[in-house]
Amino acid sequence: MSAIPISWYLVLSAVLFGLGVVAFVFKRNVITIFMSIELMLNAVNLAFVAFARARNALDGLVFVFFVIVVAAAEAAVGLAIVIMLAQHRESLNVERVNLLKL
Amino acid sequence: MSVPIILFFVCALLAVAGAVLLILAREPIHSALALVLVMMALAVLYLLLGAPFVAAVQIIVYAGAIMVLFVFVIMLLNAGVEERTDFSKIAKWAGVPLGFFLLLLIAHFLARSSIGTAIATGAGAAAEQASTRELSVQLFRQYLFPFEATSILILIAILGALVLARKDE
Repeated sequence: MSAIPISWYLVLSAVLFGLGVVAFVFKRNVITIFMSIELMLNAVNLAFVAFARARNALDGLVFVFFVIVVAAAEAAVGLAIVIMLAQHRESLNVERVNLLKL
Repeated sequence: MSVPIILFFVCALLAVAGAVLLILAREPIHSALALVLVMMALAVLYLLLGAPFVAAVQIIVYAGAIMVLFVFVIMLLNAGVEERTDFSKIAKWAGVPLGFFLLLLIAHFLARSSIGTAIATGAGAAAEQASTRELSVQLFRQYLFPFEATSILILIAILGALVLARKDE
């Protein structure tokens, strides 16, 4: 056996996405929660590239390009919000961010 | 065992180890470095999948720009050790086995599906490499409008970040 089927990449992508969801739920620091979102986006990118390879089409790679652009925009705005939050609350713990709680 | 298969397993292990490290690390900076490890491993996997342009963009934009932004904010806010909350016993004893069961289910059906059995790397793979030239032709012809829309998105993001980070007067 000397060839790797697409399903191996897809399973790896699923594992990474699941670990990203776990990190998103368990982490308490706003910055690490952002990082777990990036991890999930990366997992999806791997699936896109694998599908592009399977179908022998380039559209998947273009999608990855757009996902990376959106991730960059999201990181810029999100981290600006994190800095605002840290200035106002003096903590990075998400449980202290309860401004909208009744 | 040929070289691509060994490379795949090494990179897959590194990626999963990095993701687990991201969860277990208590300092945000360690989580950030673990995430860089995941991105590097994924870049090698993209090369294995015959997408050198995406691999380069992954390293330059993701590991280079976005992660530097994260590390910079961690440094700026002096983010220390994170407080841990103990999660429920149900999550530990039911969630982990159920998660593994779901993973096995997904793996089983992916391995049997028509797209999953297609060969990605090695003998019998479709094309050797997706050429950057074809990719750019696709991007600037078929996807020209979305491409221009992303420039507006980036502009709005820059404006939003500026407005948020501005000092109150």
